[in-house]
Amino acid sequence: MRGSFVMPNTAITANRLLDGFVIYLTPDGGWSESLADAAIAATEAELDALQAVAERDARAGRVIGPYAFDVQPGADGPVPLGQRETLRTLGPSVRTDLGYQAARR
Amino acid sequence: MYRYDEFDRTFVTQRVEQFREQVARRVSGELSEDEFKPLRLTNGLYLQLHAYMLRVAIPYGTLSSRQLRRLAFIARRYDRGYGHFTTRQNIQFNWPTLGEVPDILEELAEVEMHAIQTSGNCIRNTTADATAGVAADEIADSRIYCELIRQWSTLHPEFSFLPRKFKVAVTGSGRDRAVTAAHDIGLRLKRDADGRVGFEVLVGGGQGRTPILAVTIREFLPERHLLSYLEAVLRVYNQLGRRDNIYKARIKILVRETGTAEFARLVEEEWAHIRDGELALPEQEIARIRAYFAPPPYEALADACPELDAQRAGNRAFDAWVRSNVEAHKRPGYAVATVSLKPHGGIPGDASADQMEAVADLADAFGFSEIRVTYKQNLLLPDLRQRDLFAVWRGLKEAGLATANSHRLSDIIACPGLDYCNLANARSIPIAQMISTRFADLEREQEIGNVTVNISGCINACAHHHVANIGILGVDKKGKEFYQVTLGGAADETAAIGDIVGPAFDEDAIVGAVETVVDVYLAERRDAAEPFIDTYRRIGIKPFKEKLYAAR
Ligand code: SF4
Repeated sequence: MRGSFVMPNTAITANRLLDGFVIYLTPDGGWSESLADAAIAATEAELDALQAVAERDARAGRVIGPYAFDVQPGADGPVPLGQRETLRTLGPSVRTDLGYQAARR
Repeated sequence: MYRYDEFDRTFVTQRVEQFREQVARRVSGELSEDEFKPLRLTNGLYLQLHAYMLRVAIPYGTLSSRQLRRLAFIARRYDRGYGHFTTRQNIQFNWPTLGEVPDILEELAEVEMHAIQTSGNCIRNTTADATAGVAADEIADSRIYCELIRQWSTLHPEFSFLPRKFKVAVTGSGRDRAVTAAHDIGLRLKRDADGRVGFEVLVGGGQGRTPILAVTIREFLPERHLLSYLEAVLRVYNQLGRRDNIYKARIKILVRETGTAEFARLVEEEWAHIRDGELALPEQEIARIRAYFAPPPYEALADACPELDAQRAGNRAFDAWVRSNVEAHKRPGYAVATVSLKPHGGIPGDASADQMEAVADLADAFGFSEIRVTYKQNLLLPDLRQRDLFAVWRGLKEAGLATANSHRLSDIIACPGLDYCNLANARSIPIAQMISTRFADLEREQEIGNVTVNISGCINACAHHHVANIGILGVDKKGKEFYQVTLGGAADETAAIGDIVGPAFDEDAIVGAVETVVDVYLAERRDAAEPFIDTYRRIGIKPFKEKLYAAR
């Protein structure tokens, strides 16, 4: 039955129109540069609702290419599964002076 | 050096203004991303993992010091202080904002540069061997023909929407320094029995998930027929190339499925209709373009340079640099020097704004203000007096650009990989950094000799790993990065596709695997004069395989 079976936690990400930076959909329907602020969907129904908001913003031209990805809980909020999304939260691993990691150092 | 004509200038300026409007319409919401994407791509603007990326064309890899300074200025003013040079003789800026891209394009247009033909299913920026015009062995300056191709192909109405992108490379002699066998069309300059200049024409080379080497469809094409013959090849491809499947759309698949002889026949048939038409190149037209690439005012020098000999004898580090990074020039007393963008442990192909300016200054002081971008992601100063080499080396050293590793193991080609690229499966740069750090000892590198190591972050193979002596391909296994190794590829006139050695290695094991490969080579080579590729061709993959997987 939709909305009840177990699925991995997911968040929604996109790139921001003006600078292409990575952003995450927040529970209030806004977008944040930090995955810690992201809305987390635990069911299909929640994910559908988030995706609807994201698609609307993509159509309105505010964000580019939104998609869902898997996260798991961590000490400081959700942590992405996999290298690609991990790097997107940080910036290039070979230039730790650039990207989001630079501000958070 | 070639300069824009009025047409180019007007066209590029209009294009910038047009893009400025398109960006404004995108920002105001009038254009959707679907509508805007093809427009930005035609202007070289990609969206990568962390930001937009602007790819700027450097036609046939030739830059003036003024242009290089402008690239440095753009890096500093609009980006994060650096740029990345690619195997296709382009430069990429990794952090431009959408609103400022039109300004960047305007800055570029002022120095006769642009980002056109760096994306899309068109005839892309044609590449040349980086030593065009100065190589001791060349038949002719390949840039003349690249420029003829550029003028013919830019916005060619018939070929702006090909089944897929289309890349042409030209090399100045039988020694292939432009990897012509890995291009959709490869042209190798040669002379016929009567001494006339022309080309061996290869078609259907490509990398990606189906690596194929180009095949020769014409042993000799006189230079005056260059454009009509290319037009015929493109027409056959445009008509018969597949548009239904992106993986089968490149000309390499068409040539393979049609067969070399039949494909050549189709081209000749098409060519018969047009060969003496308006595309035939009169000698005056070739001469007109040749004049753009007239040699600089060289001095009459003796080829022996006692000063240089003394400097080499007195400085081991300089001597090592000359040995690996300096090549013969066709004029006596001159030399060609590679500016390494591969410091041990550094990011292959990256140059800071300061470094670009340092190279521009050295080019002004010693090298007729000219710089080249090489296929191997390095820069090159093509016209140096031998007696100035020591001063140049000192200048490069100060800028961190004097690593003596040209053609050596640490002269690694690496694509941006998962650190930047939206299509990547795994990171390539950190692997290159680990390998170049492991082999940082110059004497050891010298002992190993010339060997090519290329690392791609996905099967698109932008780093040409298939044609590397040691190729490394990043793959994703359940969210973890793994690296597959190929051996025996070659990118020169003996081009070959490497053989997959076996199961992939993880990030911790890949550097050790490269070291094992090198150890097997050192143990098996006949003597120090036998380069890696020759040993590999002689002994095959088996000894490498055995050592690599012995412990498993
Ligand atoms: S090879 Fe793949 S990862 Fe590397 S630059 Fe090309 S598309 Fe990106």
